[in-house]
Amino acid sequence: MFGDYSIGDLGSIFVMQGFAGLILFSVYVLMALGLAIIFGQMGVINMAHGEFMILGAYVTWMTSNLFQTYLPSLFGGYFFLAMILAFVASGALGMLVEWALIRHLYKRPLDTLLATWGLSLMLQQAYRSVFGAREVGVELPQWMLGSLHVTDSIEVPINGVFVMCLTVLITIGVAYVMFKSRWGRQVRAVVQNRIMAGAVGINTEKVDRYTFGLGCGIAGVAGSAFTMIGSTGPTSGQLYIVDTFLVVVFGGAASLLGTIASAFSISQTQSTLEFFMSGSMAKVLTLLAVVGILMLRPQGLFALKVRK
Amino acid sequence: MTDNRFFNRSEFIGILVLAVFLVVVLPLTLDVFRLNLVAKYLTYAFVALGLVICWGYGGILSLGQGVFFGLGGYCMAMFLKLEASSVENTKIQSTPGIPDFMDWNQITALPFFWKPFNSLTFTVAAIVLVPGIFAWIIGTAMFKRRVGGTYFAIITQAVAAILTILIVGQQGYTGGINGMTDLRTLKGWDIRPDHAKVVLYFFEVGCLFVCIMIAQFVRHAKLGRILVAMREKEDRVRFSGYSVANFKIFAFCIAAVFAAIGGAMFALNVGFMSPSFVGIVPSIEMVIYTAVGGRLSILGAIYGTLLVNFAKTSLSETFPELWLFGLGGLFIAVVLAFPNGLAGIWGDYVQPRIDRLVSSRKSQPAGWTDSSVADGAPAE
Repeated sequence: MFGDYSIGDLGSIFVMQGFAGLILFSVYVLMALGLAIIFGQMGVINMAHGEFMILGAYVTWMTSNLFQTYLPSLFGGYFFLAMILAFVASGALGMLVEWALIRHLYKRPLDTLLATWGLSLMLQQAYRSVFGAREVGVELPQWMLGSLHVTDSIEVPINGVFVMCLTVLITIGVAYVMFKSRWGRQVRAVVQNRIMAGAVGINTEKVDRYTFGLGCGIAGVAGSAFTMIGSTGPTSGQLYIVDTFLVVVFGGAASLLGTIASAFSISQTQSTLEFFMSGSMAKVLTLLAVVGILMLRPQGLFALKVRK
Repeated sequence: MTDNRFFNRSEFIGILVLAVFLVVVLPLTLDVFRLNLVAKYLTYAFVALGLVICWGYGGILSLGQGVFFGLGGYCMAMFLKLEASSVENTKIQSTPGIPDFMDWNQITALPFFWKPFNSLTFTVAAIVLVPGIFAWIIGTAMFKRRVGGTYFAIITQAVAAILTILIVGQQGYTGGINGMTDLRTLKGWDIRPDHAKVVLYFFEVGCLFVCIMIAQFVRHAKLGRILVAMREKEDRVRFSGYSVANFKIFAFCIAAVFAAIGGAMFALNVGFMSPSFVGIVPSIEMVIYTAVGGRLSILGAIYGTLLVNFAKTSLSETFPELWLFGLGGLFIAVVLAFPNGLAGIWGDYVQPRIDRLVSSRKSQPAGWTDSSVADGAPAE
């Protein structure tokens, strides 16, 4: 397996594969962050999460088209506006869905799963009708193209670095909102004891709606970042949804740190294995390992100790 | 236990009506092509039946029933494929006597796990045992550690994803994305002509009724009541001294075996098997059949399967764009407005009127919605 490569080559391969893994890691983290908030904090299984992400991707695509046609001079910066728009669009749709659908089903988590699956089918068909069945890709601004030469044999693409920086920033932001802000405290209070939280004057319905909206909004940002590294089609979201749920469950549902740790281990395992075997076998082995570990340790990597 | 019979009076009538419908009405009114379509739909009814026990009664939602459907189907398809790949039939291959897709993938000898599938006895045993044991392993690992509910659903979904990727990736051993096609004979008996399709249809209906009887038995036995009790208040059942995990494992295994029988019937009736019946999307679709029919109703699940599939075939033929909207809307409507599905509507609105019409005697509207402790609250 290693025969044809020198030590230096192998080192470079591991670094490059590791970096490819880091990009996968960024997408996983961004998607899983929203899911960890919705599933981990609220206990709602949102099977349409991938479609919220794709909505963000389509918004980004539309913004880039608009800039190209009307504001070509500002094209280099379109991405930042697109990200905000993606957050707002997905978040608003999320709040609408919460109001129309999810809030009736808080006591029936398994039914939420089915209802959101139905929602995801409808959204997919809506995307197909509006944007067409073909995958679309955005044009990257000039400064994001190309790659950094670290050494002679190691190159890292700039858009990958950008997505990673973005992931770090968003993660810090979410952690701050959840653990330091007044609103985050309210969310955690509602999660721990809904009735008591209501009794001390927290508007639990409103907190629920904004929490769901925030989770979906982050998914939209994830979709926005996703356009940097891949093309978007109506069913792209569905490809990631199972992986993302596994990331969240593997990390321990209520733990943000666990989510990040598990996204890191899953993505690194997969991209390293991908070099040595076919992509499908790498994925099978990774998922099998995750499922196997979950069977031995169902509470995930980092479990919060809570009394039930 | 006072009521240990297989069914009460109105259930008996319900089963009789279904039997007349499937055995007499459909074969007399439909041509062979349509009858074969019904046979295809009914293979999913086995899965839906298993889900009634596992999900409706046990409260265990499995999103991986496609795995068991696929395992059963692939077992059957492997046997049929081996018979279709006899040395005379495959003379033109570089290695005669192995399935064509193996030859295309430069495999020169039959892999070891294919060899036992030369025997029909082994195949029939494998159809039941392979999914059964697989379900037992998953069930034991999960339920003994008290994992349930949404976690279980996600894990089973992941298993479905893994198996699909594996089947598609290992083309040489499984036929890849195309699956196993061109199945011809069963012990020398050609399964393709029209009269064979009719015979297979009746065979399938027979198997379905055996499964219905097993499901009825499970429901009316003490077992079924423990399942319901467990769904409602798991801890109380545990504190009463029952091994909750073992009952859950049993319900999951029985659902898996039903699904596998359905899969085997699919391979026989439709004549191929492919990974598109294994993955997450078909698995969740199978859940919707049960939900539409009524998750607590054995007969409802069968009608639900037939109805959704008829709608799917006719809608997706004429309005392919509308179908996904329709299916998605159906999911949401069933969950929000009709948690007990068709059977719930029947039990709430139709049955009482029939009872009033038929007699003035006091008769309970049992049969369809037997369980007054239906978990889904009425629509808000």
